[in-house]
Amino acid sequence: MKRSDKLRIIFGRLIQAIPSIIGIIIVTFILTRALPGDPAVYFAGPAATEKSIQEIRTSLGLDKSMLEQFWIYASNLARGDLGVSVSTGLSVKEELIRRLPASLELTFLALLFSIGVALPLGIAAATRPNSWVDQFCRIVVTAGVSLPVFFTGLFMVYLFYYILGIAPAPLGRLDIIYLSPPSITGFYTIDALLDGDFETFGAALSQMILPAITLGIFTLAPLARMTRGAMLQVLSSDFIRTARASGLKRSTVLYTYAFRNALLPILTTLGMVFSFMLGSNVLVEKVFAWPGIGSFAIEALIVSDYAAVQGFVLAMAILYVLLNLTIDIVYTLVDPRVGLES
Amino acid sequence: MKEFIKHLRYVLTENPVTLIAGAMFVLLIIAAVIGPSIVPYDPMASNASQSLKAPSWDHWFGTDQLGRDVFSRIVVATRLDLSIAVSAVAISFIFGSILGSLAGFFGGWVDRIVGRITDTIMAFPLFVLAMGIVAALGNSVENIVYATAIINLPFYARVSRTEVNVRRSADFVLAARLAGNSSLRLLATHIYPNTLPPLMVQVSLNMGWAILNAAGLSFIGLGVRPPTAEWGIMVAEGAGYIVSGEWWLAIFPGLALMLAVFTFNLLGDGLRDLIDPRRRT
Repeated sequence: MKRSDKLRIIFGRLIQAIPSIIGIIIVTFILTRALPGDPAVYFAGPAATEKSIQEIRTSLGLDKSMLEQFWIYASNLARGDLGVSVSTGLSVKEELIRRLPASLELTFLALLFSIGVALPLGIAAATRPNSWVDQFCRIVVTAGVSLPVFFTGLFMVYLFYYILGIAPAPLGRLDIIYLSPPSITGFYTIDALLDGDFETFGAALSQMILPAITLGIFTLAPLARMTRGAMLQVLSSDFIRTARASGLKRSTVLYTYAFRNALLPILTTLGMVFSFMLGSNVLVEKVFAWPGIGSFAIEALIVSDYAAVQGFVLAMAILYVLLNLTIDIVYTLVDPRVGLES
Repeated sequence: MKEFIKHLRYVLTENPVTLIAGAMFVLLIIAAVIGPSIVPYDPMASNASQSLKAPSWDHWFGTDQLGRDVFSRIVVATRLDLSIAVSAVAISFIFGSILGSLAGFFGGWVDRIVGRITDTIMAFPLFVLAMGIVAALGNSVENIVYATAIINLPFYARVSRTEVNVRRSADFVLAARLAGNSSLRLLATHIYPNTLPPLMVQVSLNMGWAILNAAGLSFIGLGVRPPTAEWGIMVAEGAGYIVSGEWWLAIFPGLALMLAVFTFNLLGDGLRDLIDPRRRT
């Protein structure tokens, strides 16, 4: 009974993602058509001739009605056709797929760092209100959201690369003296480990530490704030008092009782954290010359490579919807209240 | 009014952080208003013999690769950075609160449409959507303003929807309705003004985020173009010199940016205390 309830809710969540995806497709379509001047000229790129512009006009179907154009756009998307990037000459889909692992690897490490710092910090601050831990947490939270992520990045480069000399040069995923590991997952650290090449693993990891921390500092603020708030609320509730009065161990009360209940609002905050993270990813990638999809988009923006930018926006939005969907499903699985009513 | 001033003084003296934030806010306004006429050097004047000089008594924040005074450029940039953020926040405040109020007051299909619009905007990672909008509309300062306004719209719409909704059938509104006021008049003169305090808190908290966002866009080369003095682009221009040790080019404009964002965030918290003492953090 309980299991089927959860399955039904998860299915409902999957259905709810559909309007979001339709909305995203409509918005990216509008963005393509909102171009000042002739979209065909933009899609053709700066080096286009009159003939190629005309070809693109017919191939894009710009002489057809808006509804027909939308249909063509949507069916191209359904086939995974995002157009061709004029700056690299490759299809946008290939470019994005080739660069996605670099961005994801960085984002996951940043997320790991951010959760690893924010949760203990928030819990410590909540269990000892107004202590030095709490004050420290407050400073981190306020500073974290005020620091421009590109500024933090540059500051860390200056401190750890130029002054202390312990970080490698901020130039991409791997120092030039190393060969990239055989591509299995596309994540250099994991590929290097699978290959048994610990030296390359160390090199890849050391390139990644600064950008990941930069990204993590920006996103740990909302997480720490939420953890602290949620823990404070749960700790002041009746069942915690009962648990304490029953003589349960402090750690049992804190982790088994309180933290599991505080986890739900924290999971909800993760959605916002992902929005921050995917956005600031672009800035961090620029600072550290990271060859991910963010730097691809920046390069494309500079040369008005329009299809590439659109593909990037679409890919990021879909990624964001999928991440939120995952959070929703995890939420449903974790939430002890789901299925209790029946 | 007298009560309000008393409360204001209480909030300022009770929390020194708010007082500091208030002082920094005044400083920012002064820099924005009279900055260009009090700076020691012309922010645009290059001087090849003085390029890349470290901070000194003559040049407090050093000079950049063209010998321009970094301090003067930072002060002058305040006006541009603040006006981008203020215009963006003003646009999203006006349109967001109107849409949200209509949704909260009338409910039904108006609510559904507004909800759908805000949900669709929120379905994007916001900075990425801003990049897409600027790319689509064209690379200019106005379009940075519009992009920042659009991505902030949902926050205002949501706050004012909730605030209007809880007051929709309050006694004072029913009384005004019985007195013969039309629906729109009720909304505009009786309910809407009451939603302004929470919206103001939102404005202040949002300002910092708007500044960060606009600076981020110009950092990646959108909107403001060199040689214009703007914090984001100054950090971007100085970024290349960090690895060779000329830190002052990027760090000082970055600090200015951070200080401005910090000011508005702290001010937002203080404003929340002022308006709603119960929600104190």
